[in-house]
Amino acid sequence: MKKMEEVEEKATKLADRLGLRKDYATVLLAENSWFSDMIAAIPWHCPPPVPGIYSLHQLGCPSDHHRPLSFTIMHRFLLKLSSSSTNPLRNSKFQRLILPSLNLFASGSPPPPSANPYSADSFRKSRAFSSKSRALGVRCISSEAGREAIEYDVVIIGAGPAGLSAAIRLKQLCQEKNTDLSVCVVEKGAEVGGHVISGNVFEPLALDELLPHWRQEQAPIEVAASSDKFWFLTKDRAIPLPSPFDNKGNYIISLSQLVRWLGGKAEELGIEIYPGFSASEVLYNASDEVVGIATKDMGISKDGSKKETFQPGVDIKGRVTLFAEGCRGSLSEKIIKKYKLREEVNAQHQTYALGIKEVWEIDESKHNPGEVIHALGWPLDPKTYGGSFLYHMNDRQVALGLVVALNYKNPFLNPYEEFQKLKHHPAIKRILEGGTVLQYGARTLNEGGFQSIPYPVFPGGAIIGCSAGFLNVPKIKGTHTAMKSGMLAAEAAFGALHEGSNMNTYWDSLRGSWVWKELYAARNYRPAFEYGLIPGLAVSAMEHYVLKGKVPFTLKHGKADHEATDLARKCKPIEYPKPDGVLSFDVPTSLYRSNTNHDHDQPSHLRLKDPKIPEKVNLPEYGAPESRYCPARVYEYVEDEEGKPKLQINAQNCLHCKACDIKDPKQNIEWTVPEGGGGPAYSVM
Amino acid sequence: MKILVAVKRVVDYAVKIRVKPDKTGVDTQNVKMSMNPFCEIALEEALRIKEAGFAKEVVAVSIGPSQCVDTLRTGLAMGADRGIHVEASYSFLPLTIAKILKSLADVENPGLIFLGKQAIDDDCNQTGQMVAALLGWPQATFASKVVLDKDKQSATVDREVDEGLETLSVDLPAVITTDLRLNQPRYATLPNIMKAKSKPIKKMTLEDLKVDIKSDIEIVEVTEPPKRKSGVIVSSVDELIYKLKNEAHVV
Repeated sequence: MKKMEEVEEKATKLADRLGLRKDYATVLLAENSWFSDMIAAIPWHCPPPVPGIYSLHQLGCPSDHHRPLSFTIMHRFLLKLSSSSTNPLRNSKFQRLILPSLNLFASGSPPPPSANPYSADSFRKSRAFSSKSRALGVRCISSEAGREAIEYDVVIIGAGPAGLSAAIRLKQLCQEKNTDLSVCVVEKGAEVGGHVISGNVFEPLALDELLPHWRQEQAPIEVAASSDKFWFLTKDRAIPLPSPFDNKGNYIISLSQLVRWLGGKAEELGIEIYPGFSASEVLYNASDEVVGIATKDMGISKDGSKKETFQPGVDIKGRVTLFAEGCRGSLSEKIIKKYKLREEVNAQHQTYALGIKEVWEIDESKHNPGEVIHALGWPLDPKTYGGSFLYHMNDRQVALGLVVALNYKNPFLNPYEEFQKLKHHPAIKRILEGGTVLQYGARTLNEGGFQSIPYPVFPGGAIIGCSAGFLNVPKIKGTHTAMKSGMLAAEAAFGALHEGSNMNTYWDSLRGSWVWKELYAARNYRPAFEYGLIPGLAVSAMEHYVLKGKVPFTLKHGKADHEATDLARKCKPIEYPKPDGVLSFDVPTSLYRSNTNHDHDQPSHLRLKDPKIPEKVNLPEYGAPESRYCPARVYEYVEDEEGKPKLQINAQNCLHCKACDIKDPKQNIEWTVPEGGGGPAYSVM
Repeated sequence: MKILVAVKRVVDYAVKIRVKPDKTGVDTQNVKMSMNPFCEIALEEALRIKEAGFAKEVVAVSIGPSQCVDTLRTGLAMGADRGIHVEASYSFLPLTIAKILKSLADVENPGLIFLGKQAIDDDCNQTGQMVAALLGWPQATFASKVVLDKDKQSATVDREVDEGLETLSVDLPAVITTDLRLNQPRYATLPNIMKAKSKPIKKMTLEDLKVDIKSDIEIVEVTEPPKRKSGVIVSSVDELIYKLKNEAHVV
């Protein structure tokens, strides 16, 4: 029928213009001639005063006898606009402007001048129409017809050392002051500890403060560090050097195991921990404060349609929200950008390194529990910062890894392959021979230190742990500072909720704590390496033996990691040897050992802001670095039907390391959370 | 009608396993465990039958160490009404499990018993069949479609067999074991996980059920399969026959 064709055509235009779903637009137009007249009257060629918002005047006020119907439709229309996820109006800045308009339609008259247009009242008045909007399947801001909302006093995103320390500290304060607060921790891993990977030589300073009796409570902290070896590696030799580390009093642990134990302690205190749920969205109120997070919808298939198992995400609201997502947390990065938290304290950008680790079970005769070995030099070249580690744990297990700073210049560098090379070094090979690999994993870590710490408090909560960045680079330890930051944030949150003080006390207590002193003293080690390996080592020696950070200047970081990559034509490709299957392995074999998996029928969680950039920029100009730095072979260039290279994203392999989010030269790759429960399943890492 | 669903806590399907150095079994320490995928499908089918109005209650049962309670909680979060945990310190073989389930069925009197067709750790594919035999009930295994008839008190089950699909009609009470294509199990949502905390899980011991756990089978050794050796390319048929006769000794 010709009329339907016209309607469909108009609907397509409308859908494109306003980001509406086409079927909604069709229904609106087909059923309401007044509406289509109104749409026809919109001066599309004139930009609206505020993007996406057309004033009543521009739209034309409806005539009186149409008024009730037209208001309902307009209201539904605006609700749909504001909640459609593909709509630019979704940005909360514009939501603030929509709400007064909603209010106008709901009550039929402008709100009294005294009422704050951005207050919660404007929410409540719009509720009168929510049942009608259900008819169109519209998602209500008030979450009546859409997602369920669960409320807590404190919501913590991430069950890692920082998140769990914060939760435990909160409950301890409640016990001291004879009160209670409801605390919820959401964790994207399938189990607590499943996404936790770290060296790890653990300094128990923060744990002594948090749980002083950990020694009597079967904490998985048993192997005391007994020796500190430091080697400079060349291709064939390991030259022993005086060790810059002093790990006396520290323990060699599996951080995954420790976090599991902390999780058990947290549950004993009544903290609700929900593994298998990924926080995909930050929730804001009308005043642009953070009020919680929303978990990701589950059961959406690869093409975006809902499967029969579809479950909408849940809004988890908290009076205080703490982000403990670890290094380069996806939501934390959004918060830092939104509230300009780095600019607020003139902090520099964060710099990162990629750590690749394996846990081996070796020959009894070669095992020496407590031995700590760090190494510099080979296989990395003098211009690339990084180093390797080998720690002897118990049960014949050793933790072995390579850390490569992500500001490397040569786009042909492949950190995974460098790690495979390392295992063939005679000094390392000697230890590994006759052993088997138990697990493999990779994760980025912060190297920005003191200079990159953002202001960690925002309206509605704070950022703790590596999401803010408290790793002590020369010590290569971040667990104790992450835990302490969690504890300090918990104390500030308790004060804010119980005593009416401000979350800003978190910043003050951070600056007065040993975390600050430590990071301040360590601030010049890493930036000195901008000048090269030898100057870096020289400055490190000076700092370690003489200066200890007591200099009046603070060295600055160089370029951001993604900007530091040179063009491919300026650099030499690197030839890597083939894996031998005994000491070195190919990526699929290693990946299998990380127990990583994702439901494959879901949209890729790795988003390209511009889908053309990989083939237009990354491949020709940088030689496709993502196919080299990703330790999980997620990014592969394959030939399409015309023989042209095309980027294929194997999102199912993802180890959640965030290297792509950091290192992509045009920052085109955005790491977002996949469905909860996916990712690696580390147990001894 | 009550539906009893037996669920097993097994090593997660995506985890790389290894054999313990003493060859007594697979190393399950520090390894991620979850509900057997076929048991999830069985539970999902039971829940759908309850939602269609044919059953009043879905009871999830698990036999094993105390961590089985986590598996039962997942089942409760999916929608089961209550759970039963039979405490057992080590893993039993299918016949013992079948005897335990028979004792439970005598107590609970379900109209249907759902199980997964097999567990992904031992691949036995025996428990469902043995339960049916011990109870003297009809069985429909490898179910890919289940349709209940309330009036006739029977179920029409499509079975996936090697020759194709076989349709059986079984009178209730019956035992049904589920195959992969029966359904897609639902996610346990956060609100349901919270509600599941208050659903009851009854603890029972083997003495309560008066089950004889003496097994006629003893596991002697568990080893990894031999490493795949690379193949040999032969240049002629004669050489192939020679190698088959004199080196492989199969001709």
